[in-house]
Amino acid sequence: MKILVCVTSVPDTTAKISFTDGDTKFNKAGVTYITGPYDDYALSRAVELKEQHGGTVTVLNVGEADAEPVIRKCLAIGADDAIRVNCEATDSYFVATQIANIAAQEKYDLILMGRESIDFNSGVVHGLVAELLGIPSLSPVMKLDIEGSTAKITREIEGGKENLEASLPLVLGCQEPIAEWKIPNMRGIMTARTKPLKVIEPVGEGLTSTDKYELPAPKGACKMILAENAEELITLLKTEAKVL
Amino acid sequence: MSVIIFTELDNGAIKKSSLEAVFYGAELAKLQGTTATVLAIGESSEAELAKAGNFGATKVLHANDARLAVSNIQAYASVLTEAVNADGADTVILAKSSLGDAVAARVAAKLKASIVSNVTALPNLSNGFVVTRSIYTGKAFASVLMKSDKKIIAIKKNAVSPVETDALAKVEVFSPALSDADFGVKLVATHKASSTISLPEADLVVSAGRGLKGPENWGIVEDLANALGAATACSKPVSDLDWRPHHEHVGQTGIKVSPNLYIAAGISGAIQHLAGVNSSKVIVVINKDPEAPFFKAADYGIVGDVFDILPRLTKAVLAAK
Repeated sequence: MKILVCVTSVPDTTAKISFTDGDTKFNKAGVTYITGPYDDYALSRAVELKEQHGGTVTVLNVGEADAEPVIRKCLAIGADDAIRVNCEATDSYFVATQIANIAAQEKYDLILMGRESIDFNSGVVHGLVAELLGIPSLSPVMKLDIEGSTAKITREIEGGKENLEASLPLVLGCQEPIAEWKIPNMRGIMTARTKPLKVIEPVGEGLTSTDKYELPAPKGACKMILAENAEELITLLKTEAKVL
Repeated sequence: MSVIIFTELDNGAIKKSSLEAVFYGAELAKLQGTTATVLAIGESSEAELAKAGNFGATKVLHANDARLAVSNIQAYASVLTEAVNADGADTVILAKSSLGDAVAARVAAKLKASIVSNVTALPNLSNGFVVTRSIYTGKAFASVLMKSDKKIIAIKKNAVSPVETDALAKVEVFSPALSDADFGVKLVATHKASSTISLPEADLVVSAGRGLKGPENWGIVEDLANALGAATACSKPVSDLDWRPHHEHVGQTGIKVSPNLYIAAGISGAIQHLAGVNSSKVIVVINKDPEAPFFKAADYGIVGDVFDILPRLTKAVLAAK
């Protein structure tokens, strides 16, 4: 089985978000970058499926050169090779075009990625890629098993989940608990250094541009209510906050 | 150049989140000097669908083929694309959801449309078409210029505050051509919690964390939620421990909510949890630890024992009714 896993390099979930250059650029100073947490689930499941069924796992990142530590970590976890499309990933359509362009040539059985990137949170790239390739996509996938050429999938929906079956090839957006996150071991880290990482240039252009960023207005002070007067909260929510 | 709104039905009625999208679409249509058309797919009645007019739509296209009774991402995307073409629409509006996002993505690819998700306000049309979206899981906002002729906007809950009128929309039957190729994914079973309020749609949410000590204690959380008419939610550790199902887990890697009121009981407020709730209008935190970081993000706080406070709040809510 030939699997493509698309990964993002994103600020750590505890990173302080700020902007520079007159609020036109994300401030990378002091920020640690990690593999997108949802992408990590996708990669872990891909490595498990390779162990069960054989085949290859290729990691794909649409991003700049500073994403390479994240790509090497993915190789250390068990991917066989990697591709980086050398550009800034800001527009969903543009990112999807890069992925579909590669997938159209390579004919993967499965294209896995996180349900969304945790920087821009759009959650639409898997759907875009699938439509560009003319195959189905499902997200967020919590469980994935492959039997022959059929995928058995559990997808989360509002207030529950659904079980689905579909023939490969498929594009899937993944989330927990599809697999346990894998931690690279020493042998993985050593071999990752020499695994192939191909850098290619992007095609086409984006349909949107992000011109300005801003932070939310700071929250006012928290109004404390004494435990013995807890009931007063309900009155305040009605008369002051006007949310009841 | 109309505005088309993709809506979702729940037992024949247009979902509340979709009605918000209808209002957003109608307001945008006004700004552009055009009209708003609703697409509704699945079983419903003319009387029910005409109510989209209350939120500003002039027309409803109703696609009610038996094969569309169960939601199907690819087929719905084809139907929406046909509706866009039939109506001559330039802009598609929808509410973010597990179905809506998936349909919108495919339609964007079909139409080569720019797509922006998590939009929090009406566009600014003074210099191109610029929308504001939430990014970094609610920790920041971005202004995005949409450059293509066709545009798709997925709105976040509370992007607009709908004002209802008595106007009714004209309902037309819409019969798109369906392709077998769109029915390749087979739905085997659906497991859905019955009779509970949908968490992403809820205006009021009561959420609890490890401070509740065990799943057997959730009764006091549910009692308060029932008294308020609120949905219940939980923190990640609670879902990881299997005290509550994953679809109730709110946070960075779970559901993101933006209700009018979020009550957090026995949740300390890790940054990853805050990321899922920071766009709530009002946050109430109840925790026995006065140093809990959640108080810094709260509007109202009570330092106290959740086992004492929650039942008293339930009583106070019921007494005030």
